[in-house]
Amino acid sequence: MLHAPLPTMTNPALDNPGNPADKAGMSTLTLLPPDRALQLAAQFGLKPDEYDRVLGILGRSPSMTELGIFSVMWSEHCSYKSSRIWLKTLPTSAPWVIQGPGENAGVIDIGDGLAAVFKMESHNHPSFIEPYQGAATGVGGILRDVFTMGARPIANLNALRFGAADHPGTRRIVDGVVRGIGGYGNCVGVPTVGGEVNFHPAYNGNPLVNAMTVGIARADRIFYAAAAGVGNSVVYVGSKTGRDGIHGATMASAEFSAENEDKRPTVQIGDPYAEKLLIEACMELMATEAIVAIQDMGAAGLTSSSVEMAGKGGVGISLNLDAVPQRETGMSAYEMMLSESQERMLMVLQPGQEGVAEAIFHKWDLDFAVIGHLTNTGRIEIFHNGALEADIPLAPLESEAPLYRRPTTETPKLPPLGEVPDPMGLAPALQKLVACPDLCSRRWIWDQYDALVGGLTSKRPGQADAAIVGIEGTARALALTTDCTPRYCLADPEAGGAQAVAEAWRNITATGATPLAITDNMNFGNPEKPEIMGQFAAAVRGMAAACIALDFPVVSGNVSLYNETDGQAILPTPAIGGVGVIADAHLAMGLAMPAAADLVLIGATRGWLGQSLWLREIAGQEAGPPPPVDLAAERANGDFIRARILAGEVLACHDCADGGVLVAVAEMAMASGQGAALLPVPAGIAPHAFCFGEDQARYVVAVRDAVAILAAAAAAGVPAARLGVANGQGVLVCPDGAAISLAELTAAHEATLPALMAG
Amino acid sequence: MKVRVTVMPKTGVLDPQGKAISHALGELGFSGVGEVLTGKVIELDLAETDPEAARSAAEAMARRLLANTVIEAFRVELV
Amino acid sequence: MNAAIIVFPGTNRERDMALALTRVTGRKPAMVFHRETALPAGTDLVVLPGGFSHGDYLRCGAMAALSPIMAAVREFAMGGGHVLGVCNGFQILCEAGLLPGVLLRNAGLRFLSMDCVLRVERAGTAFTSHWQKGATFRAPMAHGDGNYFADEATLDRLEGEGLVAFRYADANRNGAARDIAGILSPNLRVLGLMPHPEDLVDPLMGGVDGLPLFTSMAEALVGV
Repeated sequence: MLHAPLPTMTNPALDNPGNPADKAGMSTLTLLPPDRALQLAAQFGLKPDEYDRVLGILGRSPSMTELGIFSVMWSEHCSYKSSRIWLKTLPTSAPWVIQGPGENAGVIDIGDGLAAVFKMESHNHPSFIEPYQGAATGVGGILRDVFTMGARPIANLNALRFGAADHPGTRRIVDGVVRGIGGYGNCVGVPTVGGEVNFHPAYNGNPLVNAMTVGIARADRIFYAAAAGVGNSVVYVGSKTGRDGIHGATMASAEFSAENEDKRPTVQIGDPYAEKLLIEACMELMATEAIVAIQDMGAAGLTSSSVEMAGKGGVGISLNLDAVPQRETGMSAYEMMLSESQERMLMVLQPGQEGVAEAIFHKWDLDFAVIGHLTNTGRIEIFHNGALEADIPLAPLESEAPLYRRPTTETPKLPPLGEVPDPMGLAPALQKLVACPDLCSRRWIWDQYDALVGGLTSKRPGQADAAIVGIEGTARALALTTDCTPRYCLADPEAGGAQAVAEAWRNITATGATPLAITDNMNFGNPEKPEIMGQFAAAVRGMAAACIALDFPVVSGNVSLYNETDGQAILPTPAIGGVGVIADAHLAMGLAMPAAADLVLIGATRGWLGQSLWLREIAGQEAGPPPPVDLAAERANGDFIRARILAGEVLACHDCADGGVLVAVAEMAMASGQGAALLPVPAGIAPHAFCFGEDQARYVVAVRDAVAILAAAAAAGVPAARLGVANGQGVLVCPDGAAISLAELTAAHEATLPALMAG
Repeated sequence: MKVRVTVMPKTGVLDPQGKAISHALGELGFSGVGEVLTGKVIELDLAETDPEAARSAAEAMARRLLANTVIEAFRVELV
Repeated sequence: MNAAIIVFPGTNRERDMALALTRVTGRKPAMVFHRETALPAGTDLVVLPGGFSHGDYLRCGAMAALSPIMAAVREFAMGGGHVLGVCNGFQILCEAGLLPGVLLRNAGLRFLSMDCVLRVERAGTAFTSHWQKGATFRAPMAHGDGNYFADEATLDRLEGEGLVAFRYADANRNGAARDIAGILSPNLRVLGLMPHPEDLVDPLMGGVDGLPLFTSMAEALVGV
């Protein structure tokens, strides 16, 4: 690539005995000629003013490797330069939060001396280019973020958004993404227990694959990234380095155009088998006292892991790339530093522990190499083939990283939705809704994911509002969910942001668990457009309000911007991953309707049809403001429900979300095959608005006797009304008296995805 | 020296991948495609320099590990 | 009952199996790494659990079947020891020649993860004595290569000698020959099956349908 003779400089500041270059007595750094550097900087995605900062920090032209390091560290993906000022406004603390955002994953105390470690992360762009490998490596990456911290992964979830079901490209992407998630998760032996799927034309050219992993660790045995101990060995473990995914992090920060389908060579290939070995080896090493710090090599690989570990620890780091295990020959320092080869970790070991660690990694057939040591220089120095390839001060690499307060414009409020007449009646609308792509059964997807491996899954996909996964050696279980309603976020990003958090809280509550904390995955369009940045800022505002009102702080997260194809942005999608805990797993509540019960609706119903699925699927409009989120009501209603569940008064519980109360009842009935008969709707509200309105903060519960719960609700000031009865007759009788056979309803519900994916 | 081992399903053994490829080719409008069989090609770089010794070593590897002779047949070529 | 669970690189259901065995016997099984060359003294039962040994690369179970520990497992089986192989463990037993046939890619080419219904075809063995012949039970399955294949003569022999342990009773989703889900060795002491009874042994998991496998073994192998 570089043919012309290049200027060189000596670096008298170097003081690193043990580096191969020093043995020659002099270290030379090959600098890029200024015009070439400027040209490459633009090609690597650095803006002119950002490149000027690089020159200011170095006081000279960069080398090729240095330019690569700056460009990936200052990419949107690694630096959060557009989002950071907004993310800082999110609440991140609570008495049970052990580690908030800023580490590989968030950590919360779940009792019994244990901690839950979790995070959600996007792999959107790679999944569009190569759906199988993009999704698979997304799962692999988020798993590493969690076991890096000392937690054994116990569950995966996935929040997926695909293009319109009838768009020609959708089937290929759904197929590849689902196979990729299953292929990786099933092999690595972590159950995939939940998630969500939406279809919308706004994702036609830009699907979202947001993967979440939850792990369990001892609360007093959490591992962090901050390096410490000058002279300590820096160790590379895992798979070998190849030329995979070079500039993946900058690719993730660039808008797509239709031609980018040719970007295939930058896609990394996942090896779940290597990851499984890496988990076992890390767990084994973590049981010793050998590790000082550990960080996975994710986006921007060796660059971000070494820079972050040394930077967080306030030390310097010196790497000799000759020692890096390599899969290909003739790799340059630039290529090794930017490679995104998968299933690799970087560690700092206690002095003299190299032998212990090496034996464990070799036992698991993994590469192990000491590739450098910590220094007191505060710089990252990289040597390769006897030459100095990079020498950058770490503090300004972080402190002078670009930070933008980009212009924002508020999303205009939509006018209220007027009267919308019912074109078809309740039963036909229900039948159509339960079969529409956003509400149809996800069985075709679940049936390809191993939800049980590990032996602790007690509510699988479809059995409860949140997945329930037991914690070995305790009576406890975690309740896990992912939620977001992007169409609400487009219509009103602030209400949508609040709703996403509230729905995650509600889904955990509906199982009887106590919601504890969330991870967020902020998927938006091009932040350089004020209306997109305005969506982001408003969504964060809404999320923050909900997090505070519900005591549900953010402990980790990820931002994916530039989700646009040919100028068309995705729906704003702040996906929320929620984690809760229930002290006795036996009490965890499912949604399947019992054979005989009273059905009670908790929460107030106004019949809010704005942005509802009924409006879109039945009336053919995407209009009106989304349902308001009353956080006080959310809290009161949820706390009431949870108490009733834990007191053993509830037989089944399901939140009212997409599709409204009639869809909620139908889902409960289909889950068990039992039947129900609903009472006529209350006076003063149109039947279709009552049945399909998407008012928030509501639950349908099945109880032995409605009287007791109605009295308790009245005493607590929580709105509650008798809805009907479960009667085990295999038929759902709608409030207008129309009856639908559950077999027929279930057939419609189950047929959609297989038909979409067939042939 | 380099040796190539080709492993193919034996006649009569169901090859679901081959069936799926055959079906997909038909859907794409390629007519006249009969049976499709999928197998594996495994290239070995052996230290052995004698061709016959290399061949017999590769055959032993194929019988022992590379092929399952219950369902698969193999062929060894020097390349 | 002293059980030994063999852990190959890529094995991932060893913890499920250990939970199930511990639940029934009250005794934690030994975990034996594939590089070992001997089983723990006093082993009554060897379990090859599910997973993706060696990543399922080349062929499911092919490389695991040649692991150092497999010589000891083979010797144990030849000496009349009881061996249970589930899912990948079944694949390994076939590749090792301890059971006939082979598990091919699922006919539909997709990973299948759902509950299936099994019918007990051979009762009265150390693995199946707590079921009646013809009994049906639910078992989770989770595999990409569960399509049992053997030549017709072998299948006829298995049927004729009563060595088919379990058949899929609700649907044959993976294409297995004659709906076969699990088979026994001629001495009835080696069982391989694709579904995972170990994942349904506790009401918290959604049922106890898989429990009879473990209670049968615990009864048959106590004090052996």
